[in-house]
Amino acid sequence: MAVLQLREALRAAMWEEMERDPNVFLIGEEVAEYNGAYKVSQGMLDHFGAKRVIDSPISEAGFSGLGVGAAMMGLRPIIEFMTWNFSMVAADQILSNAARIRYMSGGQYSIPIVFRGPNGSAGQLGATHSNSFEFFYANVPGLKVVSISNPDDAKGLLKSAIRDEDPVLFMESEVMYGMKGEVSDHPDYLIPIGKARVGREGKHVTIVTWNKAYWTVMAAAEELAKMGYEAEVIDLRTIRPMDIPTVLQSVRKTNRCVVVDESNPLASIASEVAYRIQAEGFDHLDAPVLRVTNKDVPAPYAKNLIELWVPTVDEIVKACKAVMYAN
Amino acid sequence: MNGVSGVYCPDLDHLQLKPGFMAKKNQETGHTAVGQTNGTAPASAYDSIDHLIDLAPIEDNDHRELGLSDEAVCDMYRNMMLQRRFEERAAQAYGRQRIGGFLHLYNGQEAISAAVRHVLRIGEDQVITAYRDHGLGLALGMTPNGCMAELFGRIDGYSRGKGGSMHFFDKKNGMCGGHGIVGGQIPLGAGIAFGLKYKGTDNVCLAFMGDGAAQQGAVHEAANLAGLYDLPVVFIVENNIYGMGTAVDRSSATLELYKRGEAYGMHCGLINGMDVLQVYKQLKQHVEWARKGEPSFVEIRTYRYRGHSMSDPQKYRTKEEMENRQNQDPIIRLKLYLENKGLATPEEIDAWDEEINQVALESVNFAENSPFPPVETMWEDVYVQQDYPFIN
Repeated sequence: MAVLQLREALRAAMWEEMERDPNVFLIGEEVAEYNGAYKVSQGMLDHFGAKRVIDSPISEAGFSGLGVGAAMMGLRPIIEFMTWNFSMVAADQILSNAARIRYMSGGQYSIPIVFRGPNGSAGQLGATHSNSFEFFYANVPGLKVVSISNPDDAKGLLKSAIRDEDPVLFMESEVMYGMKGEVSDHPDYLIPIGKARVGREGKHVTIVTWNKAYWTVMAAAEELAKMGYEAEVIDLRTIRPMDIPTVLQSVRKTNRCVVVDESNPLASIASEVAYRIQAEGFDHLDAPVLRVTNKDVPAPYAKNLIELWVPTVDEIVKACKAVMYAN
Repeated sequence: MNGVSGVYCPDLDHLQLKPGFMAKKNQETGHTAVGQTNGTAPASAYDSIDHLIDLAPIEDNDHRELGLSDEAVCDMYRNMMLQRRFEERAAQAYGRQRIGGFLHLYNGQEAISAAVRHVLRIGEDQVITAYRDHGLGLALGMTPNGCMAELFGRIDGYSRGKGGSMHFFDKKNGMCGGHGIVGGQIPLGAGIAFGLKYKGTDNVCLAFMGDGAAQQGAVHEAANLAGLYDLPVVFIVENNIYGMGTAVDRSSATLELYKRGEAYGMHCGLINGMDVLQVYKQLKQHVEWARKGEPSFVEIRTYRYRGHSMSDPQKYRTKEEMENRQNQDPIIRLKLYLENKGLATPEEIDAWDEEINQVALESVNFAENSPFPPVETMWEDVYVQQDYPFIN
């Protein structure tokens, strides 16, 4: 085990997989000469050379489609988006091509590609640079969606994503890149895609979350503990496929659930988790499932407003107390 | 050589526009050109209807001088005829409701695909195109039976009935689809070329689009990447004049689509698509450049005899315009060539035609008799992962 920043854990995963398989390459804006907009790919150009660590123009549809075409020829591209917000101009390449070519071709082609980059809000970035896209891509069969909360998962899941034969969308967070944590240095450290993690055990209420909202939830769980309530925190880690069995197992114990989702509420991942719990665990519920999400407006710029736009510790505590019928 | 240093762009300004095009365009927009003020605008965009643009020159080609064997030219003819007959049978089957959804026919454009069949190393080089994909599929060696079964949505289709008319794929022969989002396949073409280069081969990718797709932003991005990374790709605009019902002079700010290659530091090419030997000759040069990592942007001027799809009333063009192009039909042209050069007698050609007609008919029988896909196949081929937990 080593203590790494989250960006270093991601780099280690890419580095090890590129050492292991010459068909893996990295392309994106500023990934090579600049050493990465967030320094995730620092040093990789020097080590692997310009054939495999490739600066792209500001051309998301172009280099995303290039990656899908390269995958059709048997390569294993890693496409870095400077932020998932920019993936929207490449959405057709991901939805119509990466996700569907296997099906449309009757299984003749597989698309082993990873799209990765930071997702969600990161302070006062305004309305176009603050959005989470798990809900958008997880709706699409043919894709897998991973959204990580810590350095160890970052490494283990990114390695699995690169080795996966299907397209994997890998979502990080700008504000977590400097976060430090213990990370396995085993060369085959692979965390399976599709498995949630119990981040904290508890018996009074289940809180389901992922990505950096996990840390807001953990802070809320500390507040609840001070009040005598033990929250069980589930980090989904993978959004598609979603590990609902792990969620249900917890709900069967706590009988109460709050979903914390850093995206807008309508048709969100929180909606889906709540649906699945009521459909498959109705008899175990002692209260309606509640959710805490972003406010249903575009991301504001002002510091006081953006801090209230995302799920807050206070809101999470309040929702948990509501499902526990606690004052 | 002109334009960007070291890059080939033909000097064809004498036929760059149909006569009077700029005057008409200026009249429509009300812009003043060369100090003149124009009169009233036309009553509708369809009014003057002559949307034909000049075709590029056809040389007096001899197939042997182009490096083609007698047999290769005969094969070109038979393959063009197969494409034509196959699609005629498909149209009939569509009328009988054996084929659903969209059906976009390639009739009239077959010289392009038949030339591709002989320019490429089939099985190593790659082709990607949009939804008008039957002709290229058959040219690359996809079987009529497998293709017709796919149109019928049957299990023996190339995509096991999951693709349909717009999504012909055949990995073995380098047919990378069959894509439905106009222009969205062009970045894939750049990526396929990237993959071929990355692996150290000198294989190439031909990335096809229509004149409609040429206006899409994704094409610009892909072309820029290809020029930037020296990718072994030939971008080919099959300019059949119409993006659905919108003529190219109503959708493109300029009519010399081939010149766009200059902006990306590529070789440019303008080809007459009604003559298979001319297409072969010029395309071969672009493919040779691509093998050396020099991409091209090529416009092939052609014509589709059918509507955009089966439900198109074609009010945007006249019978006279159609006849003008059908008088230059590539299959008839090559038939005359075969006879004039003594490569085949009219009787021999008739015998081929009959044989091909039978092959096309048989493909319909094959498709009729192929089973529908079993329901469980709906869940297959989504992921490589076999135990993916779908939501029920």
